[in-house]
Amino acid sequence: MSLDTPGLVPRPATRPPRAARRVAGLLAIAAAPVLVLGVLFVLPVAGMVAEGFVVDGRFAPGAVLDVLARPRVHRVAWFTVWTSGVATLLAVVLGLPAAYALHRLALPGRAVVRAALLVPFVLPTVVVGVAFRQLLGEGGPLGFLGLDGTPVAIVCGLVFFNVAVVVRTVGVAWESLDPRPGQAAAALGASPWQVLRTVTLPALRPAIVGAASIVFLFCATAFGVVLTLGGVRYSTVETEIYLLTTTVFDLQAAAALSVLQIVVVVALLALAARLRATPDPTAQRAVAPARAVRRSDAPVVVATLLVLAAMLLPIVTLVLGSLSVGDGWGLDNYRALTTAGDDQALLVPVTTALLVSLRTAVDAMWMALLVGIVVSLIVTRRSHSVGERRVRSTLDGFFMLPLGVSAVTLGFGFLITLDRPPLDLRDSPLLVPMAQALVALPLVVRSLTPVLGGIDDRQRQAAASLGASPWRTLLTVDLPVVWKPVLAACGFAFAVSLGEFGATSFLARDTNPTLPVVIFRLIGHPGEANYGMALAASVVLAVVTAVVVLGVERLRVPGVGAF
Amino acid sequence: MLALRDVTVRYGDATAVDDVSLDLASGQVLAVLGPSGCGKSTLLRAVAGLEPLESGSICWDGEDLAGTPTHKRGFALMFQDGQLFAHLTVARNVAYALRLRRTPAARVAARVRELLDLVGLSGYDDRLPGTLSGGERQRVALARALAVEPRLILLDEPLSALDATLRERLAGDLRSILHAAGTTALLVTHDHEEAFALADRLAVMRGGRVVQQGAIDEVWREPVDEETALFLGYARVLRDAAARRVLDAAALPPAYAVALRRSALVVDDEGPLRAVVESARVTPELVRLVVGAEGVGSVDAVAPLGGRVAPGDEVSLRVDVTRLAVLAITP
Repeated sequence: MSLDTPGLVPRPATRPPRAARRVAGLLAIAAAPVLVLGVLFVLPVAGMVAEGFVVDGRFAPGAVLDVLARPRVHRVAWFTVWTSGVATLLAVVLGLPAAYALHRLALPGRAVVRAALLVPFVLPTVVVGVAFRQLLGEGGPLGFLGLDGTPVAIVCGLVFFNVAVVVRTVGVAWESLDPRPGQAAAALGASPWQVLRTVTLPALRPAIVGAASIVFLFCATAFGVVLTLGGVRYSTVETEIYLLTTTVFDLQAAAALSVLQIVVVVALLALAARLRATPDPTAQRAVAPARAVRRSDAPVVVATLLVLAAMLLPIVTLVLGSLSVGDGWGLDNYRALTTAGDDQALLVPVTTALLVSLRTAVDAMWMALLVGIVVSLIVTRRSHSVGERRVRSTLDGFFMLPLGVSAVTLGFGFLITLDRPPLDLRDSPLLVPMAQALVALPLVVRSLTPVLGGIDDRQRQAAASLGASPWRTLLTVDLPVVWKPVLAACGFAFAVSLGEFGATSFLARDTNPTLPVVIFRLIGHPGEANYGMALAASVVLAVVTAVVVLGVERLRVPGVGAF
Repeated sequence: MLALRDVTVRYGDATAVDDVSLDLASGQVLAVLGPSGCGKSTLLRAVAGLEPLESGSICWDGEDLAGTPTHKRGFALMFQDGQLFAHLTVARNVAYALRLRRTPAARVAARVRELLDLVGLSGYDDRLPGTLSGGERQRVALARALAVEPRLILLDEPLSALDATLRERLAGDLRSILHAAGTTALLVTHDHEEAFALADRLAVMRGGRVVQQGAIDEVWREPVDEETALFLGYARVLRDAAARRVLDAAALPPAYAVALRRSALVVDDEGPLRAVVESARVTPELVRLVVGAEGVGSVDAVAPLGGRVAPGDEVSLRVDVTRLAVLAITP
């Protein structure tokens, strides 16, 4: 990154260097988060990339190409693309009716359902994997379909996660969509279907494309759910990196795959950003009041109910499974959580792992928030010169990088770069929280920037003209608007950290594991008791996450969770 | 023709439109005039089929429209801000309803050209709505509404989003376009100038009810009560002795209340009313005065330009009977 000021501010020397001073100030404020991200993100990822390109101290890019030519790699890449593509399509198709029904119609209980829909999205991936195995596996309610361990199961799992993303992103846009163009079209003779096709969908296109691209990204980098449902047989790029690192110890191949993934994901992100940059007609508009349900809404409402039921099914199965003991019902699986499992499956009791998880989440939360707030303030302030704007948008892109790099790559990078002086963090209790904070950072920034960016700069100018210092302006103008989104971002960071599995699976030690890691260990271990414990632990983790997320939802921050 | 009978629309507990009955003959333009929040826009939306009725009926040519959805009513609705489809060009916007009806492309093109001519926007075909000025957007919206020759066009404050000069110009255009097309139109507005510029008939609405309706000059001449008079642009309402004094000076029979426009009293040496000038303000057309008139109190008056009237002067006033309205109210 070239951040030296003079080169970026082309202006005649006769003018007072006010713009240059502004840029310098901006860079000074940005220095801290840039440093944090540089050390904790760029360094590990670069180290990981180097692992692939440098063999025995020599630069040898040929090895990477060799890896990419392997038939198995081709299979893995194709599998990643088609499962993600199908899952994205399904998520959009299933999500659109629900987005309409839950955000546009005055359905009874829609507030509750909307809140509940946030839960699947932040539900730990391992938990969802376990729930789907319970649902589709032998003896499960849908076991007769024979889908356990098939790509269909993986696609189902991916759809389960991402329908909520579509419902939320598109729903929020739909909610704030001005109903009057549609009414104008109806008055011109357009039937409801024609209104949808010619007016509503074109207006929603930015939101739908944005949702689809982000869902595709989530699917293509999904880890926990693919690993638990696909095992070794069906592998995506993300799980393949994990398997190559932890079981085959082919670090070079893993690094090559990581490089491939970074390139593809960054390209996708750039594409998504371009699509988002097209003016979004739904931005900054009042929320239209929900309409009473009519008889003609029946198909939409039924479709929505079916989607909701399908989403509830794995969760219910999971809860029932955790409560079943032998032939009856009981809490034995939950009582077993104070033990280390059958056959010494674990080194510590599950309850200890829960405490570790909570402690880790608190640490990850404040780290993500600290960096996130500074970053959001930096990227949303209005630029006064071309140079300043360029610096800001460069910083914006830089801070979004973690969104583009998979958690597994990050964890792997941490493992191989932060293990030697000057920065030996192997034994630091902050290693795992730092990785998780980086995973949560883009989410925090995305929650805060729309709100901060939505504040009319003239409000700040008005405050300043009345004699308020910049600090005072921040307190009077920004703070009242932003405290709720900040709390919401806290909750999100906390929930993301609780469920984080990709990076944590590399970094957590067996003596100090987090709950998702423990659950994964348990389902990999033989023994019915261990499996029962995994179910119970999944329920506990799901409940904790759900409580946090529903708390966030109560804050009623508009647009939270819409990416 | 359009006939509204005892139409009531509610939002929850609030009654937005209360028991309104109106008639609109084909080819006529009816303006519903009222302050903001009086329920006039809701009434318009109810006619368009966008708001369900609590009770009452809306009929076209005797046929009840209760079961007819918006898109089958054949009423075009023109919003305050046009509501053009931002993703379609001007030509596509105008052609929207034609294309819905699968009109052959050649006919569509011809009709679009004709309509853009009519609203004075030839050559704007490929522009996007975002690049148009407010007045141009309203013209496109009008062309779009007229495209399929709707049996009724509903106008929601079509001019109020525009600035004053543009409003005046477009009002004239709009009237001639509506008349040229022979369109039946229902217009709602809070601006009596807009109503007078466009409409043949007037209905005054307040608090969800229609308080007066009739031919536009009728309503103008005989406002039903003080509030209506003030809303129609009358400056003051005099009562009792003051009213009798003014009517007497105008040689009209006495009444309890009379509404005066600002130009109802004119400085004239032969005039029967004596007054002392309190303030004077010169305008391009005439001098506007506030005078303390004998037996009347403080009222507005006008003097011709160049008359050199100053505060403190004693003047005589005559009454211009075309500039006042006797109100049919009693104490």
